[in-house]
Amino acid sequence: MTAVSSTLPTPRLTAVVAHNWKLAIAVAVVVSAISMAGLPAAVSFWVVGAAAALVAAAFTVNAYRRHYFGALLVAPAIAVLFVMNIFPLLWSLGLSFFAYQANQQTIRFVGLGNYVRILTNDLAAHATWGALINTAMFVVFTVSAQMIVGFLLAILFSKQFPLRKYLLILVLTPMMLSVVASGVFFTYYYDPTFGILSYVINSISGNQFILMSNKVGAVAGIVFADAWMWSPFVMLLVLAGLVSVPKYLYEAAAIDRISSWRQFWMITFPYIRGLLMLALLFRTIEAFKLADLVILLTKGGNDTLTISYHLIRIANEQNKTSEGAAISYLMLFMVIVLTNLYLYLANRRTQGA
Amino acid sequence: MAESILGKLGFGRASGVDKAGWGRTLAVAVVAFIYFLPVLFIIFTAFKPQGDALLVPPTLSPTSLFGLIPDHFVFKPTLENFGSVFSRSMTPDGAPEATGFDRYFFNSIFIASASVLLALVIGTLAAFGFSRYPLKGNDTYLFIILTTRMLPAIVVIIPVILMFRVVGLSGSYLGIIMLYTAFNLAFTIWMMKSFFDELSPDVEDAARIDGSSGMRVFFKICLPQVIAGLAATFVFGLILTWNEFLFALLLSGPDTRTVPVAMNQAVSSGGRGTDWTLLAAIETLFLIPVFLVTFFLQNHLLRGVTFGTVKR
Repeated sequence: MTAVSSTLPTPRLTAVVAHNWKLAIAVAVVVSAISMAGLPAAVSFWVVGAAAALVAAAFTVNAYRRHYFGALLVAPAIAVLFVMNIFPLLWSLGLSFFAYQANQQTIRFVGLGNYVRILTNDLAAHATWGALINTAMFVVFTVSAQMIVGFLLAILFSKQFPLRKYLLILVLTPMMLSVVASGVFFTYYYDPTFGILSYVINSISGNQFILMSNKVGAVAGIVFADAWMWSPFVMLLVLAGLVSVPKYLYEAAAIDRISSWRQFWMITFPYIRGLLMLALLFRTIEAFKLADLVILLTKGGNDTLTISYHLIRIANEQNKTSEGAAISYLMLFMVIVLTNLYLYLANRRTQGA
Repeated sequence: MAESILGKLGFGRASGVDKAGWGRTLAVAVVAFIYFLPVLFIIFTAFKPQGDALLVPPTLSPTSLFGLIPDHFVFKPTLENFGSVFSRSMTPDGAPEATGFDRYFFNSIFIASASVLLALVIGTLAAFGFSRYPLKGNDTYLFIILTTRMLPAIVVIIPVILMFRVVGLSGSYLGIIMLYTAFNLAFTIWMMKSFFDELSPDVEDAARIDGSSGMRVFFKICLPQVIAGLAATFVFGLILTWNEFLFALLLSGPDTRTVPVAMNQAVSSGGRGTDWTLLAAIETLFLIPVFLVTFFLQNHLLRGVTFGTVKR
C-alpha cells in the first residue's frame, strides 16, 4: 500500500478541483437547476450561491496555479458588479421589450414597441425630446461651471500658506451636505417672499424679484446650486495633480526663462491632464443623471424637466416600468456614444503627446 | 540647505508646493468664506429659536459683534433643536417621544463605512490587476464597469427590489451594503487605476528582479505610493454613499433606514410645511462625521501623489 502511494501519489483535492473547473461548472449547473426547480426561491438562492462559490474556488485555484494574476485580482470586483449592477441592468433591458407595470401582474411582449412609442408618439416623444434637450443644456452649463470654478479654486490652493488646511475644508463642505438638506435650503434662498436673494435684490432695486419665474432664472438657479455643490470635487482632483508636479521642473523652467503661460502648458498641464479628464468624465456622467435638484427646486416647472427626472416620473410615479426601461436604454446609448468619443479623444491625445 | 541643493538636482522631495505668505491666506479666506456662506447659514439656522427661521429680513448672526451688526439681524442661539432631533412631541401638546434618530445615525455610519471600505479593498485589487496584468479586452472590461455608473439609479432599482424580495435581502444590512459597494466600485477602480498607472515602474522592476513576489511588490512598493489616491477615493466614496438618497429610500427597512431618508420624512411629515430649524439641526449633526473624516484625511490628500521615489 505504501509502495503504491509513493510511486503514484494520489492527487490532492485542490488539484482535482483546479484541473476540473469544467466539471465544477457542470456540477454547479445541474445542482442549481434542480434546486431552482424543486426548492423555494429563498432556499435555492443560497444553493445557487454555494454552487457559484464552488466554481469560483475552482477558477481561483486554477488561475493561481497558472499565474493568471490579472484575472484573479479583477474577479471579486467583477462578481460584485455583476450581481448588483450588470444583472439588474440586463433584466431591465429585457423588461424594455415588454409591456409591464410594477403595480400589475400582467406582462406582454411588445418588441420594440416601447422604443417606438417614446420616440414617435406625439405626447410621449415631445416630453422625451424636450427633456433630452434640457439635459444637454444642463450638462454643458453645470459641467463647464464646475470645471472652471474647481480649476480656479485649485489654483488658489496650490501653494502652501498659513491656515491652508482650515480654509480648504470650508470649501469642501458644500460637497458633504446631503442634497435633501442643501436643495431644500436653496428653495429658501431663492424664495420670493422669505428668501435672502430676493430680500437683497428687493432692497437694492425696490422691485419684487422672483428668480424662478422664468426659464432663464430657473436654469440659472439650478446650475448655480449644482456648480456650488460639485466644484469642490473638481478642485480636489486638480489639486491632487497640481501638488504632484515635481518642483525641479519649474526651477529648470525658471532658469530657462520660460514664460509662466508656457510653463503652465508645458509642465503643469501634462501632470493634471489625466485627473482633469477623470473629473470631466465623472461630472458629465453625473450631470446627465441630474434629477434631485430639479425635483426640489422647480419640480420640472418652467421647462426644466431633465431626462432623469422624466424617467423617475414615468417609472416610479406613473408605474410604467418597461417604458422607463426603454427611456433609460436610450439614455445609456447616448452616454456610451459620448463617452467613447471622449475616451477616443483622450487616448489619441495621450498617444500623440 | 542640503535639501534645497538636492531639490535642484531632482532628489529629495520629488514633489513640493511653493510657499506663500499671509497675503495669500487673506485672499483665499475671503473666497472660502463666501463659498462657505450657504453652509454657515444652515448651521446658524440649527441654533435659531423655532419662530426665527422665516423672519424677513432674516436673522444672520448669533452675536452682534460688539454692536457691529444691527439688532434685527441678531438671533438668540438655542440648543433646543438638537434635542428635538432625538426626542420631540409628534402631536400638538403631546409628550416627547424618541424619534429613533440615534439608530439612523448608527445605520448611516455603519452602512457607509462598511461599503466604502469593502469597495476600496476589492476595487484597489482590481485596479492593480487592470493596471499591471492587463487581460485580453482590458479596456472593454473597464468600459463595462464605467457603464454601471452611467444610468440613473432608478433603472437598476426595480430589478434589484424584485431580486432582494425573492432572496430575502430587502431591508437587511447585507443587501444595502452590497449594493453600495457595487455603487462605489466603478469610481474606485477608475480612480485607483489612474494612480497606479502614474507610478514609475523602475522601483517595481528592481524589486521583481531581486525576487520579490507579486504580492510583496503590491503591499510594500505600490500601495505606500498611492496613499493619497486611497485617501481621495475613500473621501469621495464616503461623501457619495453618506448622502445617497434614492437607493436608501426604496431599499432600506425600518431597522436599516439611513439619515437622509429619515431626515426627509421628519421635516415634511404632518403637512405643516418644512420644519426649517429641525432640518438644519439634523443636517448639522449629520455633517460632523464626514467633515471630521475629510479633515483628518486631508494631509494625505495634499501630500502629493508621488513622493520620495524615482520619477520618470
